[in-house]
Amino acid sequence: MGTIVPPVIEIKNLSFSYGAEQILTNVNCKIDVGGYVGIVGHNGSGKSTLLKLILGILKPNKGKVYLFGKDNSHSIEWSKIGYVSQKAGISISHVPITVEEVVKMEKVSDQAVDETLASVDMVKFKHKLLRELSGGQQQRIFIARALVKKPQLLILDEPTVGVDVKTQETFYELLSRLNIEQNITLLLVSHDLHTISHKVKTVIQLDRKTYPYNLTSCSVNHIHEPYAAAH
Amino acid sequence: MNPMQQLTELFQYGFMVRAFWAGLIVAIIAPLIGSFLVVRRLSLIADTLSHVALTGVAIGLLLGINPLITTIICTVVTAYIIEELRSNERISAESVLAMILPGGLAMALILISLANGFNTSLITYLFGSITAVTQQDLWIIFGLGIGIVVIFILFYREFMYTSFDEESARTSGIPVKLINHIFMILIALTVSVAMKVVGALLIGALMVIPVITAMQMVQGFKKSITTSVGVAFISVTTGLIVSYYANLPAGATIVMTSISLFALISIIKRI
Repeated sequence: MGTIVPPVIEIKNLSFSYGAEQILTNVNCKIDVGGYVGIVGHNGSGKSTLLKLILGILKPNKGKVYLFGKDNSHSIEWSKIGYVSQKAGISISHVPITVEEVVKMEKVSDQAVDETLASVDMVKFKHKLLRELSGGQQQRIFIARALVKKPQLLILDEPTVGVDVKTQETFYELLSRLNIEQNITLLLVSHDLHTISHKVKTVIQLDRKTYPYNLTSCSVNHIHEPYAAAH
Repeated sequence: MNPMQQLTELFQYGFMVRAFWAGLIVAIIAPLIGSFLVVRRLSLIADTLSHVALTGVAIGLLLGINPLITTIICTVVTAYIIEELRSNERISAESVLAMILPGGLAMALILISLANGFNTSLITYLFGSITAVTQQDLWIIFGLGIGIVVIFILFYREFMYTSFDEESARTSGIPVKLINHIFMILIALTVSVAMKVVGALLIGALMVIPVITAMQMVQGFKKSITTSVGVAFISVTTGLIVSYYANLPAGATIVMTSISLFALISIIKRI
């Protein structure tokens, strides 16, 4: 008898408020291994809050988040999670940090750095300064840093902000490749429903203005045509 | 007397030897810590803690204790409070510093007015004095300097990751809150150690100027740190020697030397 693989992310009856302001109400989600999910919504819809709750940075008022079958309020296996923060590139413009130094912020071998840079087609930029690269190239370096510890789940917060359309295309090709070839579960957070809906397998739309709170609830592994469902 | 004899003469004085040792330690630790301050764009923290250090000096002078000890206590406690307020996110880092910086100075002024008679000593700490480094100070500076370097090396990756990208550092399993507190304590200790040599009002400059000078010279963050130590070392030794022979204040001369180096490198890079 085969072992049952727990979902990568499972959210049960999750609610969160900042003081009197209710942000998320009774959210239920399940993302299985190999999922490619986009969380979309306008500014203030609760995307970043949901991400922080998943990563255990915020504590919910009610409900639970399970990562790889384990309650995230007890412990999180960080080695299984790669994260590309929206703020990743903010502190680099005035500092002469090289691509290699960025990836080696993770505790890994030189060989792992080379292999990962090769996997995102950036190995030839290893000794370049990060600030000399374009926005799209920098984003690949941050993905390399998230991938270098060989995570099973990759979370990206607004990954294409400030990146031109052509670069976005190659960027999404890279993500698809990671999802299909390496079976990495992907979770993207974006305000751009139109683009995301054509790229990912599943969309979770958070929009407190358009939808009543309880419709933010979802069971995303059952939604296969999210763009149509959202409209 | 030839220049070599003149230099030798300089080291015949005990206070100059102590000043050079203290300066050498400051030249190592100030840019080490300053590098991450520049990354975090929080150079003002050094200035804030240096003003709080004056309160520590005033308390020490008032109680008749070595002011370096009371300064360390004051700056470390304040560093902890700053980090707690800053990480709270309800108050911006700039606002926290804008409150504590004048607060430190105000408290020092109140303590001075409560007990007249040590204004001259306080000026020594404001602007630094090479004659003011005692043997006891030197031992404390030496011990703290080694401690700061060891902690810096042990937590280099954690400081780097947290300084560049706090959110991603957290998902790498780094205890960000603890690391930020340790880093703030290192800033407090560095300010306390450097105060006697360059003076409270000029410490921030020695933590930042060699770093931004080095960042123009090399490719790579680690290389910029080692280069900044070299720049600080040249600034401190040149500044101390010039101040001795020209009878100028040591701290001010050190800072002006480092600014001159920054200007020189900037011009060379643009040619």
